[in-house]
Amino acid sequence: MKASEQKLIQGESFRARLYKDWKRNKAIYGIAFFCLLYYVVFRYAPMGGIVIAFKNYRAALGLAGSEWVGLKWFKEFFSSFYLPRLVRNTLTINLLNLVIGGLTPILFALLVNEIRHPIFKRTVQTVSYMPHFISMVVACSIVLNIISYNGLLNQLREFLGLEAISFATKPAYFPWIYVISDLWQELGFNSIVYLAALSAVSAELLDAAAIDGCNRFQRVLHVTIPAITPTIIIMMLMRIGRIMSVGYEKIILLYNDAVLETADVMSSFVYRYGMLGGNYSYSAAVDLFNNVINVLILILFNRISRKVSDISLW
Amino acid sequence: MTNVKTKTWSYGRSSVGSRFFDIGNTVLMILICLITLYPLWYVACCSLSDPMQLTQHRGVLLAPLGITLHGYETVLGYKAIWKAYAVTLFEVIVGTSLNMLFTILFAFVLSRKNMMWHKLITILAVFTMYFSGGMIPTFLVVKAVGLYDSLWSLIIPGLISTYNAIILRTAFYSIPDELEESASLDGAGKLRILFQILVPIIQPSIAAVALFYAVGHWNEWTSALLYIRNPEYRPLQIVLRSILIQGENIEVTGGQDLQTELNNMLLKYCVIMVSTIPILIVYPFIQKYFTKGVMVGAVKG
Repeated sequence: MKASEQKLIQGESFRARLYKDWKRNKAIYGIAFFCLLYYVVFRYAPMGGIVIAFKNYRAALGLAGSEWVGLKWFKEFFSSFYLPRLVRNTLTINLLNLVIGGLTPILFALLVNEIRHPIFKRTVQTVSYMPHFISMVVACSIVLNIISYNGLLNQLREFLGLEAISFATKPAYFPWIYVISDLWQELGFNSIVYLAALSAVSAELLDAAAIDGCNRFQRVLHVTIPAITPTIIIMMLMRIGRIMSVGYEKIILLYNDAVLETADVMSSFVYRYGMLGGNYSYSAAVDLFNNVINVLILILFNRISRKVSDISLW
Repeated sequence: MTNVKTKTWSYGRSSVGSRFFDIGNTVLMILICLITLYPLWYVACCSLSDPMQLTQHRGVLLAPLGITLHGYETVLGYKAIWKAYAVTLFEVIVGTSLNMLFTILFAFVLSRKNMMWHKLITILAVFTMYFSGGMIPTFLVVKAVGLYDSLWSLIIPGLISTYNAIILRTAFYSIPDELEESASLDGAGKLRILFQILVPIIQPSIAAVALFYAVGHWNEWTSALLYIRNPEYRPLQIVLRSILIQGENIEVTGGQDLQTELNNMLLKYCVIMVSTIPILIVYPFIQKYFTKGVMVGAVKG
């Protein structure tokens, strides 16, 4: 379609094309105007607002009137003890999440796919998706309750003759609490994508493999898994692209002062230091640094994946 | 297609290993389901239990201990929760309607391939999926346009989700051009074609996207955390956070004695139930739209 249109309008001047396009799509441009207005105000204006990271923002002076300080905040952040701590925590939580939260849904989908009884299969799916619909606030409060000193987990430990542990205040446990509670909430929901891919695996191919003498396990290994590999790569790519970003929402619900050492990540730091502490410029600089790193990582892995497997996000 | 699959199943039936796998798999799946459900069942049991008996209980809780509805009575009589419910309902209903209106319109724009600036508009939108101004600059913009501490701050800053717009654009792509052309020849305008012909065709995708938005608004609390000061405008999740996580007490009693503490614990369980039951009741009915939405979204934009 594009090629034919190109030919049609090749001969005309740019202005003539502009006019023709405007006449034909006037209504569409009208609609586009309002939608783009939203993008300009709420998506692009904040990007312009990033200059705050290079200024010493004072509310009284406004953004334009505040003093320009260049890379001051970045230098301060790079030499502070926060940088290594935040990077370490962000990476720890994400790597754990990548391995546990990323691979389990694939395994789960493969196992669900092997369930023979359709009603049982549907029940398992319905139950496993359910925690996804519990709000984050409620889910985190349930988690905090379960891991509290008198909570379910410690009751179980006592039942088994073990000593109670104050999980919520021991830094070593925080990444695990984060990742395992995430698994509880998202295991089923994250497996939907793989189940969709599995339902598209060619039945003829499976039949052929069976006739060739493959047993059930071999069929999964040699037919099913290769068939869903593109989906796996895309999903993993998206996760790796986010390796330096952890949403602050769940962190600030789960953490407390005793576990900041392992719980504080870039985004929660930005929230606490910027929004609560009022250090707008400093935390905007931290946020910008983090955002840029994220984009660079995403571009890098997208490129690697395109080279290696011909699969990419864009 | 399912029929074809049924046939493949029969191959493995004879082998012993396959039988063992089935038994093991079934047991594992039942176990996973129980583990998934138990935290909720636990909270439900606690919310109905006598708090005194609850603290003395050891081991796995399987059923409520000494049933009491006292907690629910108090929670249901707590005004702040109902007020917060009203705010959240406003956000869900008005927010989702506006989200849908603008997302459909924008997806329609994105689906116009024969538009001269189509590519530029698409790039402008997609770029925001990967890069954003960040928390502080966005906050300052919301403040600058006068949305700070207004209910609209829960709706307008997230008016269009690019991801959802792309889901709908992909759905629009699947409609044959001829349909639109014939309507156009009959003299229908662009908007009329969109809402009377195209939208009904992609209804399943519309439903999925609407649910994404609605559940998103229901669970939303960070916008309110950043943009809302007035306690009257606190949505449900923010009130829940202050009760459940920050330890705000529902019953105002002077004493710090054990009974008050136990009561507050009971109330927390009840608050969780009262705020979660509606979504769990609706969930089985909306589940299929959701899974559909996830699948559509997974297809590369």
